[in-house]
This record gives sequence, structure tokens and C-alpha cells, in this order.
Amino acid sequence: MSQIIRSTGQSAEIIEDPWYVVRDPAGLDLPGHAHRIIPFQQWRALLENGMTPGAETTGVWLSPDDEFQDDLVQLIQLPLLAIDFPSFRDGRGYSIAYLLRTRCSFTGELRAIGDVLRDQLFYMQRCGFNSFAVRADKDIHDALKGLTTFSVKYQGAVDDPVPLFRKREQATLPDEAWEP
Amino acid sequence: MYQYDHYDQILLNQRIEQYRDQVGRYLAGTLSEEEFLPLRLQNGVYSQRHAYMLRVAIPYGTLSANQLRTLAEIGETWDKGFGHFTTRQNIQFNWIRLENTPGIMERLAQAQMHAIQTSGNCVRNITTDAFAGVAADEVMDPRPLAEILRQWSTLNPEFAFLPRKFKIAMSGTATDRAVVRAHDIGIHLYRDENGAAMLKVLVGGGLGRTPIIGAVIREALPWRHLITYVEAVLRVFNRYGRRDNKYKARIKILVQALGAERFAAEVEQEWAQLKDSPSTLTGAEYRRVAAFFDPPPYEELEDAELEDADPTELAQNEPEFRRWLRRNVHPHKIAGYASVTLSTKPGLSSPPGDISSAQMRAVANWAEAYGFGEVRVSHEQNLVLPDIRQSDLYALWEEATRQGLATANIGLLTDIIACPGGDFCSLANARSIPIAQAIQGRFQDLDYLHDLGDLSLNINGCMNACAHHHIGNIGILGVDKNGEEWYQVTLGGRQGMAATLGKVIGPSFRAEQIPDVIEKIITVFTRHRHPGEPFSETLLRLGLEPFKAHVYAQ
Repeated sequence: MSQIIRSTGQSAEIIEDPWYVVRDPAGLDLPGHAHRIIPFQQWRALLENGMTPGAETTGVWLSPDDEFQDDLVQLIQLPLLAIDFPSFRDGRGYSIAYLLRTRCSFTGELRAIGDVLRDQLFYMQRCGFNSFAVRADKDIHDALKGLTTFSVKYQGAVDDPVPLFRKREQATLPDEAWEP
Repeated sequence: MYQYDHYDQILLNQRIEQYRDQVGRYLAGTLSEEEFLPLRLQNGVYSQRHAYMLRVAIPYGTLSANQLRTLAEIGETWDKGFGHFTTRQNIQFNWIRLENTPGIMERLAQAQMHAIQTSGNCVRNITTDAFAGVAADEVMDPRPLAEILRQWSTLNPEFAFLPRKFKIAMSGTATDRAVVRAHDIGIHLYRDENGAAMLKVLVGGGLGRTPIIGAVIREALPWRHLITYVEAVLRVFNRYGRRDNKYKARIKILVQALGAERFAAEVEQEWAQLKDSPSTLTGAEYRRVAAFFDPPPYEELEDAELEDADPTELAQNEPEFRRWLRRNVHPHKIAGYASVTLSTKPGLSSPPGDISSAQMRAVANWAEAYGFGEVRVSHEQNLVLPDIRQSDLYALWEEATRQGLATANIGLLTDIIACPGGDFCSLANARSIPIAQAIQGRFQDLDYLHDLGDLSLNINGCMNACAHHHIGNIGILGVDKNGEEWYQVTLGGRQGMAATLGKVIGPSFRAEQIPDVIEKIITVFTRHRHPGEPFSETLLRLGLEPFKAHVYAQ
């Protein structure tokens, strides 16, 4: 079993991961792994063939290229969704996470997989990720430090939609219809 | 000027700690070159031809005298005693050692400055009119909203790995001086018939490899929706902008592919979900920020004092001062005051945009002695002292002359906008500085330059177009042909509300031919010019043909 970082927003810890990420559809038949995160396309194929993957033991991972708009109703009922970062420089996953959390009200575990590195974890957490499969060749204990880099955030995001300007000292000045 | 509170300062300090740790891990080998690259870029650190380059942010081009002294100190301590002002109102230091960058950032932070997001595929420094707050023709001061947008974009978690860099410019005047139509997002502030503050939003402008003038996608957006609307644009871009080809990744390519109308519809659909969310601006926040930009304590001058302050009489026997008044001094909204542009384009003695640490200190002193301690950087790479008493103009001119910063050439042929080019930049295909200096060397007669009048000339060392050659009346682009430097010439570019892209006149030239080419272009202009007509108008009237014919005549 490998390890992941799980965060509550207040604190984060390294835990043994019960989930197995199926990168290759052929791996679906791999024995010994009850919990699987399968590719979105594979999951769709299963549904189309009338099969119901185990509700508690199936998660789905999305590639930034996947068109999942039409399947959201079922997707957000899953216990776990993962978003793949083919490269840490591909920022589409941040917007996808934001949309899943805010627009689609997904409340399950949202995991970053792929090229997941310490220096991006803070931003990922702000966009709604709460678990992180740090790239296997990196020290996960070192990566954990990436979640606590900043205590001040200017803008609203998934973790806190209220921007700093509404919390600053003068934020209570009367406002209605005020024009500069 | 905006002053940091404890939130701003804590955020900046934590950013420096993060960066210091990243540099340490890079030097220790636990962070690879590839992993470190975007991290250092988003802290303004480039790797150039000879050394690292640090680009320090000057938000919307505004500096205090103290900040300018800090930059002078950085130039002296960690560079070779000078800095280079850029067309995006920032400053670059070209001879930096990577190990020193965290220390430099700490020094900057003491003066409430930083280098955050001056590079990388994220939202860059927000730029605006160098005369914001003082220009006689201003409708709305763009600085409060520019600062609000700076804070929103700083360390924005969702938009740090965009398909490509993202530049935003704002302007609140009838005549645009911020090149808003050549930005990824350009915002015009204006007042509607009821006096309410509104935004007109343009998207998809930009120069570079594929020069495009931005399209209006939203009219009459109430100012409170600034952040949510910009967020909607960024989200559409982040999701759908191309990532397969670096040269097709700017938002302008997406806007072109979808068409401005469909792009606008996508943004509206996204914005409908964000409208009136907590990111909607409040009057309280506007007032908090705007208070930092309240007018300084101007003296109210009596008519008699105003008459005394008028430098016109003094200028009668001083032709050089007269020239300087005509080109470098600009009308101010307060009677008895003026704004002054200090030219960083003296000609052969210094490349465009470069000034020494000693000059920076002198400018800081003048800002305090003759103004209210503020300095601006213009996108033409010059410095502006926004609030000078008219009665002090002569004294300032004398001092600026001694420091080599009083060349009376603002807006003239030798006020050349140029990138650092092949002498420094690793992206460049050709050098720009020697070309600028060869042209400045050919046209040294100031009387003649003044007769020629307004004429913009922009020189780029590569098609990334940092020096905006497409919108120069005369544009020069360095290209590489089998390892040799060649220069392509465009004519007819314009900035402002009627921004226009120049057209290539024909085959490119060798470096040594360029001064002759420019002279021939000027010859055609003077031959056909109506009295007092600016170059761009003559060109519009004549078309390119007579220029081409003369330049390429056997």
C-alpha cells in the first residue's frame, strides 16, 4: 500500500492509501485491490454496458481532456474523484477542481494524482483538493510542508470564498449604491 | 501611494521564505531544473545570456522616492550600478547571481516591493497610464482598481499555471496611454450618463508572434464586478486555451478560434454563476484603497503667483529649455503644476530604458524636492515626475540636464522604445541596442527632430515584441537568417484608441543599412508632408508605396 496526504483544511496527515489508481484499463482485473480509481472513459464504458461498479469501492479519475459534463449527476455521488496532472505545469486541474466543488457541489474526496509536487499543494488545496498522491519519487513528508506555506490569502477560493478585503478593518463602512 | 498593512507584509514575507527554501532545494539538487523553472520565473528570476536577470514589479508604474533609492541600492550592491526600465513599467537587473535573489527580495520587501509574477504563465503586473491621477484629460483614476486587481491576482491559486502569460492593462482617460488594446485583457474606465463608474472590457489583444488588436467583449460593466468578470475570463482561458503549442497558447488565439462573440458568450455564462458572489467589490474596499491615492496637498496659487510661475518668459532666451518645455512637460489637472518626463534616451551615452543608480538617487531627490515624493515609469521606458510646481521647472531642468536626463525628445524619433535584445536576452534573434544607438547617432540635431514632430520608433530583438514594434509608427524587428542578424521594417503602427498594426515594407536589411533606411523614410515624409502634419497622418494619407519605392530604389 502506498501513502497519500489527506487534509481536512485545518490539518493534514500522511496515511496509508486504500485506493489503487488504475492507469491501464487492463488493470481492472487486478486482484487484491478492493478500492479502485478507474479512468473516466472506462467507467463510462462500464455504465454503458449496464454494469454498476461497486458504489463504495469505485472512484474515477479525470484527465483534463475528458468531457464529463453530461455525467456529473452520477460522478458527484462517487466517494472519490481524482484529477490527473499530466504535468505540474498543466493548470487545467485547478479549474476543474474549483468547478466540481462549487458548481457541482461534490463533497467526496477530491484527489490530485500524476505530477503532484510540494510546491503546488497549497494552490491545489485552495481549489478544493483534499488528498494528494505525491509523485512516487518525491519525499511525501517533505511535500507535507507545502500545505502550510501561507497564512494570508488575498482572494476567495474553494477553501474560503470570502476574500481578504471583506475581512479587513474598514470592511464595515456603509456601502449601498456608493460610487467612486 | 498604496501602503502595505500587516496582511500585505505577512504575505510577502511568507512568499520570500517559500522562495528561499525553493532556491535551497534547487541548489541541493532535490528540486530539478524543470521543477524549479516556473517557480523562479513566478518570482521574476530569468536565466539570461550572461547571468540571471531579476525583474522587479512596479505595480501600475508607481514608485516612491524611497523605493527608487532601494532600486538604486540593489543596482549598486548586486548588479553593475544600473537598471533597465521595461515597456511593462517594471525594472530589470541584468547581472544577478541566483544565490543572492532571496536576499534581494528581502531588501525589496523592506520597501514594500516584490518581484512576484513578473514572469511565468500567470497574471503579470497590471499596467496603466503613467499620468494616472494627474492628467488633465483623466475621467477616472485607474490606480485603485489596478491595486485591487493586483491583490486578487497575487498568488491566485487557480491561475498560476495558465496556458501562457497573461497581461492586463487599465486606462481611465479618453486618449489611451496604456496600450489597452494590445493586452490579454484591456479595461477602459469611464462614467455613464448618470455618472456611474463603468468598465469596458477588451480581450485577446497582444503583439508578439501573432499581433492582434483586442476585441470588446463587454460594455457597461459596473465597477463592482471587476474581479468576478476577470475571473470568468481567466477560467474560460485556463480550461480551453491551447496547451499543445507554446506559440498558440495566448488567449488571443482562443478568442480568434471561437470568435469574439462566442468567447464573450462563454464568459457571460461563466460570469452568471459568479455575479454577486463575495468577490464582488464593495464601496468600503474601494474607499480604503482609493484613500492611498488621494491627491497630495497641492498649493492653491493666486493668479499673480500663477503668472510668476509660468516659465514661458524664462524660456525665451533659452532655446534648450524651451524645447524641453515643449516636449517633456505635460499639462496637469491642478493650475500651477505640471508633469515632467525624464528621458532615458540620451542617445549614444546610454541604451533606451537604462539608468544608473546615481541617476535613480538624483530622480528620487527631485521627486521629494519639487514634488510629493512620487515617480512613475512610462511604458515608453521613461520616468515621470507627476507633480512639479511650474515655478520649479527651470531648476529641475538644470539639474536633470547635469544628470543626462533632460534630453528634449519625448515622443520624437530618438525616444526609441527598445528591448535589451541580443546583448542580454536569451530569446533574442538579433541585437536592438546598437540599432537604436546607430539611429540616435544619425539623428542628433534636436531642432530637426522637433521639426519632424511626433514619431514613434520601436525596436525588437525577436518576435516576442517586448518593445511593441507592431504599434510603432516605424517598427524594426530583428530576425535571424542563417545565423546572421537582419532587420525587418514595418510602417504605420499606432498606439492609443485607434491602435493599428504596422505593415512590413519589404525584404529585411542588414544592421548597417538601417540608419540609411530610416533617413530615406524621413525624406519621403518631409517631401510630402503638409505643414505641421505628424508622420503617422502623412503615412495614412500616402500609403506605403512612396516609402517602399524610395527605400528600395536601386
